[in-house]
Amino acid sequence: MNTLLDKIRSDFPILQQESFGKPLAYFDNAATTQKPAMVIDAIDQYYREANSNVHRGVHRMSQMATRAYEGARTKVASFLNASSSAEIIFTRGTTEAINLVASSFGEAFIHEGDEVIVSALEHHSNIVPWQQLCFKKKAVLRVIPVFDNGELDIDALKSLFNSKTRILAVNHISNALGTINPVREIIRMAHENGVPVLLDGAQGLSHGPVDVQEMGCDFYAFSAHKMYGPMGIGGLYGKKEWLDKMPPYQYGGEMISKVTFENTTFNELPYKFEAGTPNVADAIGLGVAIDYLQGIGWDFVRQQEADLLAYGTEKISAIPGVRIIGTAAQKASIISFVMDKIHFYDAGSIIDQMGVAVRTGNHCTQPLMDRLGILGTIRASFSFYNTREEIDRLVESVVKVKELFD
Amino acid sequence: MTIKDTIEEIVGEFSLFEDWMDKYNYLIDMGKSLPVLDDKYKIDSNLITGCQSRVWLHSEYKDGQIIFAADSDAVITKGIVNLLIRVFSNHTPEEIIGAETEFLDVIGLKDHLSPTRSNGLLSMIKQIKLYALAYKAQGNAV
Repeated sequence: MNTLLDKIRSDFPILQQESFGKPLAYFDNAATTQKPAMVIDAIDQYYREANSNVHRGVHRMSQMATRAYEGARTKVASFLNASSSAEIIFTRGTTEAINLVASSFGEAFIHEGDEVIVSALEHHSNIVPWQQLCFKKKAVLRVIPVFDNGELDIDALKSLFNSKTRILAVNHISNALGTINPVREIIRMAHENGVPVLLDGAQGLSHGPVDVQEMGCDFYAFSAHKMYGPMGIGGLYGKKEWLDKMPPYQYGGEMISKVTFENTTFNELPYKFEAGTPNVADAIGLGVAIDYLQGIGWDFVRQQEADLLAYGTEKISAIPGVRIIGTAAQKASIISFVMDKIHFYDAGSIIDQMGVAVRTGNHCTQPLMDRLGILGTIRASFSFYNTREEIDRLVESVVKVKELFD
Repeated sequence: MTIKDTIEEIVGEFSLFEDWMDKYNYLIDMGKSLPVLDDKYKIDSNLITGCQSRVWLHSEYKDGQIIFAADSDAVITKGIVNLLIRVFSNHTPEEIIGAETEFLDVIGLKDHLSPTRSNGLLSMIKQIKLYALAYKAQGNAV
C-alpha cells in the first residue's frame, strides 16, 4: 500500500474504527468529511488555553482569541484568493450563507416582477431561500434545465436572461451527481447580462483550488465540515461592492457601530454581517483544516480522487443491474447509482452492515430526482483518504445486495 | 393469541438467529411474503412520513377489531411492517393502545436501524396506535 496514503489515513482518528466488526469504509464524504487530528486538537487547545470573547476585549486572552479568529479569516481569504479578508463573512455554513444573500441582497435588489435563476441540479438549500424570497417579493424563479447525464443545459440558460433577471444561483459541484458545472462560462454569460452570480460551493472546496477572482463569481458560499474542518462554521465570500450595498442580515453584537434609542449605525465589513458572538473555536478549526489541505497539496488530492472516481466508475458500472446516475464529462469524486428493482433503502441497509458507509435517498435534491424520474440513489462520495480496496468492498456489498434481493 | 404472546413468539424466533445477516434474511423473507396491498389503498393519506422508503398503512375496523394491511417499496421495510401487522392486526383498539413495544429493542432490530430508519419504525407504531385511538373514540361515540 501507498505509504503516503497510510500516513494520511493515520491523520484521521475516526477512520481507524470498525463498523459492525469490519473496518469502516467511509464513503459519505459529500455529506461531511472526517477531521484530521490537527483540526480536533486545535479546537481542543483553543478551549483549554485561549477561550475568550473576541474583539474589544483589552485582556490578553481576548486579544489572543481575536488574533486567532481574524487569522482564520485571513487564511480563508487567501485560500479563496479573495482580494481582502473584509470580503469573508463567517456563517454557520453554506445554507446560512445562501440565506444571508437571499435575505440581504433580496431586500435591496429584488422587487415585484423581478427574476431569479437557479438550476435543476440544486440542493434544497440553494432553491428554497430563493423560492421563499420570490414568494415574499412576488418575483419569479427560473430554472436552468439539466440533461439526463447530469450536465446543465447551458444553451437553455441563454434564453432565461432578460432585463428583469437580478441574480443567478448555481452550485459549483452537484452534491447528488458530482457534476462539475461550467461556472466560468455561466458567470461570463450572467455578467454579459449584468447579472451577479452566487456559487453554492458546499462541494467545491474539498476537491481542488478555488480562486474567486479568477472565476469572477460575486458570491461563494461554503461549509467547513465538507472540507475537513468542523461542523457549525462556514462562510460567504462576497465582492465588496455588493456587500457594501446590502443591508445587514441579523442585528446585535459586533455588527453594530453606534446605538442610541433613535438610531443605530452599523460596523464596517465584514462585521456588518456577523451579529452576536461568533463561533471562534470552529473558525480556528477551519483555518487549521486549510493548513492541512495545503500541507497535503492539491496534486495529491486531485490525483487520488481522480483515480478513485475512475476505478469506482469502472467497477460499479460493471455490476449487472446497476446504473450510474450522473455521467457528466466533468465530475468530482461522487458516484450516484441505482439498482434494478431494488430500493435504495434495502441496498443501503445491507451495505451498512458490511461496514461501508454510503448515503441513500434524494440527497436534498427532490426536484432533480423528480426530473430524473427516480426517488433516490445510493451515493458513494470519495475523499483522498479512501482506497481502491475500500471500493472493492463497496462492490462486494452491492453484489451481496443483489444476491439477497434478486 | 394476545399481543404479548405474539411478541414473545417473535422474540423467540429472533433469538435463534446467530448474526445480523440471518435477521435480515428473515426480514427479507417476511417482506416478500407480505400480502399485496390493493393499489386503491396506496394513497397519500395512508402514507407514513419519516421513512426513507414509502410505507402505506391501511386499516379497517370489523367486529370490534382492527385489521391492518400495508405495503412499502422497500423489501426490508415490508418485512418490518409484516412483523408489526402480525403483532397488532386483529386486536381491539384497547389492546393495541395498551401494548408495550419494547420488543423491538429485544430482538436487536433497533441496533441495526439508523435514527432516521428507526424513526420510520416509530412512525409506523405511532400510526398504528393513532388508528386504534381513532377507532376507540369512534366506538365510544356510537
